[in-house]
Amino acid sequence: MLIAQAIIDGILVGGFYALMAAGLTLVFGVMDIVNFAQGALVVLGAYLSYALSVHLNIDPFLSLLITVPATSLLGVAIYWVLIKPIKRDRVVMSLLVMFAVATLIEGILDWVFKSNLVQVHASYVNKSFQLGRLNFPAIYLYAFALSVGLLALLYTLIYRSRFGRSLRASMQNPVAARMVGINTDRVSAITLGIGIGLAAAGGMVFGTTNAFNAASSYDLISRLLVIVILGGFGSISGALVAALLMLVIQDVVAVVWSPVWGQTTFYLVLVVVLLLRPQGLFGRRAVRAQ
Amino acid sequence: MSATDVSNRTATDSPASYDLPRTVRFGSLLLVVAALVVFPLVFTNPTITSVGVFAMIYLLAVSGWNIFSGYSGYIALGHALFFGIGQYSSAMLTSRFKIPAGWDLFALLPVAGAIAGLAAVPIGWMLLRVRKHTFIVLTIAVMFIFQLLAFNLRSWTGGSQGMQLPFPTWSGAYFNEPFYYIGLLAAAIALVTSWWVRRSKFGLGLLAIRDDEDRARSLGVRTTRTKLVAFAISAVFVGAAGAIYAPFIGSVFPQFAFDPSFDLALAVMAFTGGLGTLIGPALGALVIGSLQQYFLLQFGGANVFLIVYGLLFVLILRLLPQGIVPSIAARWRQWVTYRARNTPSTGVPPDSAPDVGRPFDVVLNQGGSA
Repeated sequence: MLIAQAIIDGILVGGFYALMAAGLTLVFGVMDIVNFAQGALVVLGAYLSYALSVHLNIDPFLSLLITVPATSLLGVAIYWVLIKPIKRDRVVMSLLVMFAVATLIEGILDWVFKSNLVQVHASYVNKSFQLGRLNFPAIYLYAFALSVGLLALLYTLIYRSRFGRSLRASMQNPVAARMVGINTDRVSAITLGIGIGLAAAGGMVFGTTNAFNAASSYDLISRLLVIVILGGFGSISGALVAALLMLVIQDVVAVVWSPVWGQTTFYLVLVVVLLLRPQGLFGRRAVRAQ
Repeated sequence: MSATDVSNRTATDSPASYDLPRTVRFGSLLLVVAALVVFPLVFTNPTITSVGVFAMIYLLAVSGWNIFSGYSGYIALGHALFFGIGQYSSAMLTSRFKIPAGWDLFALLPVAGAIAGLAAVPIGWMLLRVRKHTFIVLTIAVMFIFQLLAFNLRSWTGGSQGMQLPFPTWSGAYFNEPFYYIGLLAAAIALVTSWWVRRSKFGLGLLAIRDDEDRARSLGVRTTRTKLVAFAISAVFVGAAGAIYAPFIGSVFPQFAFDPSFDLALAVMAFTGGLGTLIGPALGALVIGSLQQYFLLQFGGANVFLIVYGLLFVLILRLLPQGIVPSIAARWRQWVTYRARNTPSTGVPPDSAPDVGRPFDVVLNQGGSA
């Protein structure tokens, strides 16, 4: 029964990890950028929701209507100011730039909010539903529903819209996409905006379910990168499967063995998978043969 | 990959005629070494000498890091891993063998370096199976594995309680100086190693890997072995830096031993000075390592230097992606070329002077890839 509970918890938490990882892998797929700042941006989203709920008494889920557009705009700005001017060695240089952005955001958040752990509060955070002997915390259920809704929206956007067609064209072949008249810069800027907006949405959930401070970003980004590498860089469905898989494994190990080892298994699985399959579970492009 | 990647596949080694005169180079080198040696004798204030100790630790670590990342082009953002291994080796050895923390402490330096170097072999063998961004991401992940292990293996590392190192036995009147000089000595060894690597066939293999790994391999460079050896050498020096840092601070904690901001510090210093050059990263370490400690002492909180680091790194990558040393070298070459064109004795007609596009092309193609 404990294991069944652990699996359910893993799936529910995996839902919003999938959301944040989808943003990361989408950005990589379109413009070969490893957004190392995703973790810091998740924490930024969490702090924004926290500030809105503390000072203006706005419900965390409603605060998304403000935080997601705001962080998306930040993403568009980051693209035009920092990413677009990079001329050579884009993959490595953009990773370093995003690493610097992550540090900058962490420093600013730590300066503004101090390093005390905080948590976003709402009336339903501690409620839960019972089904037999299984426990479903309300916040995780809502968050899971939100994640599924946003991922469905993302799917529609990518596969059923005109913008999505431009996006997929830019993903497959940026040069050819430019030749047929797609403004790949605009597509890239918007994609980075979407990816970072998803981070902020994930951040709200992270902030309601965890006590956090600015330094939480490192833990987050390393988990997200593990998920994205496992799923194969640029593969959204891979990221979804990897997120659910990793969180379930972590929670089961935490129950069977001990919580402190749950997180270590997370990374150990990564190492084992990469030894056997360097391109990740669902990797489309062979990383070794670039 | 995109077409932009082609532009960085250029050789860095410039024709000898473009280099600064030998006397100028050796003179400035001697001057810098002399200044570093007399520094703690002139500034005896403990606050200032402690800044000097941190600068030496960074100088040692960055010079080691550059041997692998600078020459091979594989940016490792997880070398705090070896910094932490060095620190924990030092702490465990002193507590296990009851070393009285006198001058013997420094005998542990090579031992801690060797432990870090040995640890680097299996880690590097695993990491170097992948390239580019996946490699960078994996180095960070492996560093976090070790941080978690340090937290979780309580019987060995003391977990989040950390470990204490014995207090040095020498007089508090000159507490910092021994650390400073041992750091300077180790850094000098690291720089000489770096210089030797740069001139050796082994180093040429590393540079070939940076420029085009597949072609290097097809030309007979044993790429895997070359990368792994460089990785281990860099780990030795970063580990040794940890073994100076730990007794200087007096304690070891998982989150400070395996600290992601240390990874960033190395990268910022190397990029500021000029990645893959011999003295560039050293210069970056001296300038930024001192600045960082100054900010820490001046403003207290760690968040201020996170902001400073972040801003500085963004600016450097944005405005000076080649770093200080290659930029100055490029300016010098530009000037030499310009002077050669404008001196009538060389036989070049003066009317060729308006052709200023040429030296600029030279500038664009120098400095190597990041």
